Parts: sequence; C-alpha cells; structure tokens
Amino acid sequence: MRHYLILRISAKLLIPLILLFAFYVQFHGDYGPGGGFQAGVIFAVAFILYSLVFGVESTLNIISFDMLRILSALGLLLYIGVGIAALLLGSNFLDYNVLATEPVSGQHIGIMLIELGVGITVAAVMLLIFILFAGLGRPS
Amino acid sequence: MIDFKLFIDFILLTFILVLAIAIARLDDLFSAVILTGIFSLLTACLYLTMDAVDVAFTEAAVGGGIATILLISAVALTTSKQQPSNRSCIPACCIVLLAAITLIYGIFDITPFGTGNSPVHQYLADRYVLQSPTEIGIPNMVTSILASYRGYDTLGEVTVIFTAGIAVLMLLGGRESSDTKQGNANKDT
Repeated sequence: MRHYLILRISAKLLIPLILLFAFYVQFHGDYGPGGGFQAGVIFAVAFILYSLVFGVESTLNIISFDMLRILSALGLLLYIGVGIAALLLGSNFLDYNVLATEPVSGQHIGIMLIELGVGITVAAVMLLIFILFAGLGRPS
Repeated sequence: MIDFKLFIDFILLTFILVLAIAIARLDDLFSAVILTGIFSLLTACLYLTMDAVDVAFTEAAVGGGIATILLISAVALTTSKQQPSNRSCIPACCIVLLAAITLIYGIFDITPFGTGNSPVHQYLADRYVLQSPTEIGIPNMVTSILASYRGYDTLGEVTVIFTAGIAVLMLLGGRESSDTKQGNANKDT
C-alpha cells in the first residue's frame, strides 16, 4: 500500500467526515431526511472504505469480530427493550406516550431510542457481512 | 415551452432502460455489478423527482453503496464470468411480454400521479398527516410514520436485517472450525 499514497491520504481525510455525516444523519432524522437505516449504512461504509485501503485485518484490529456480533444483537435488543419498557409502565407494546410525563416528550424519547437501535444493528450487520465476504470471519 | 420535469423523467427512464438491457446482456459479471450500482443511483434520482427524499437517500446509500460492494465481494468469491447457457429463451420472452402487456393494461386504471382522490391519500394517510404535528411533534413526517405509527413494522425490518446477518454468519463464518477440528484430531493420535 506504500505506492497508493493518494488513496491513503484521501481516505484518511474522508473517513472522519463520513463518520461525522453518519452521526448527523442518525440524530437529525427527526428534522430532515434520514434516520437509523441510512445512518447505519453510512457508518458501515466508512469502515468498509478503511478496510478497502488499509486491509481488512487492520479493520479487525480496530473493532473485533466478537464486538460486531454483540453490537448487531444489541441494537435489536434496544428496540425491543423500548417496547417492553412501555409494557412495564402499564401501556401497550411500543406505546411511547408513557415513556415520559408528557406524551410528546415520550414520543421524542421513544423515536430517538429506536432509531439508535436501528442504526447500531444496521451498521454492525453491514460491516459483519462485508468482513465475512472478505473471508476473515472466524469464530475465536 | 417544454415541461422540464417530464423532460428529466424521460431522460432518467431512458437511461434506466438502456442500463437494464445492458446488465441483462453482459457476460462479464464485474461490469454488470458496476452497472447495477449506476442503476440504483438513477433510481434514487427518479425518487427525488417524485419528492420522496428519504426513499431516495436510502436507495442511494444502500443500492449504490453497500449492495455494490457486497456484490463485488460476491463476484470475487465466486467467478467473474457468466457461464454460457444454450437453452432457448423464447418461453421466457413470451412470459415477460405477457406480464408487460398485463401491467401496461392495468396502468390505465390507476389515477394520475399526485391527484388528491387516489386511494393512497384517503384512509389513514390523512389522519397521519393531520395528527402527526400534535401527537408526535417532529417535523419529519416520514420518521414519525416509520418510527411511531408503524413502529411494529420497523421492528420487523430490523429483525430481517439481523436475520440476514445471522444467515451469512452461519454460511460463511464457520470455515475455520473444520481445520481446528482436524488439527485437534491429529494432535490426539
């Protein structure tokens, strides 16, 4: 990779911007186009760009394969956890009105939490599938 | 004075048609995958002309980004040239032609694009659009429908993505275990 200097430097410049954009899309899904799915995909794309330029092993040094497996389940667990929290607070499954004292605030909290869960799962699963296709997913 | 939107739609659809024919006729799978990425990008532009910004965003990110890179990895894992087949394509062409004629015949029954009395704008959509600012209070109505009114469906979507990850993990993730089993067997003997 020593020869591909331009590729390495432009990747190093672009990857933080891509990650920042992913966080922006995730947390501004309420106010503009975006949300969990798009943000998760863009987050995974940053890591995929890193692994295309610097190798998949260096990506696995940054985030281990076990962590990816845990994260992909964690997002879905967060989503279902919000639903069960609504159940425990006395209302229906996934009824966000009871999550706060005011229904509108409860809706905001509920939407933010489930979009976070969606983003985490989508990012982890996309990166997982890419690393498995690249041939390096082995159970440790 | 030409209608600018019609002109843009015409150009986009012509490109999509040409791309579809090219993808079907190509033997080199790598080029076909790249053309599929361009196809997704043009479809995202088409969604943009219909004012569906969230859908265009998702199509561009997923179709033009992730799907292209995953298909390229799949081509790298398997072969890069389509195997030639010597089956006749006449039955398939007849079925596709029949389906196309049926669809075009059905188009004349659909209300024109954007009119207020189409069935899509009648029952629930009115209630969501009118009640969402007071009940949920976020500006993006797509997110309010996706995450709150239809939150259960979104739960199903995330479960599908998680299941896809598990499926690929089961298919491609266990290759090292057979080697370690062989190594342990050799160590025991």
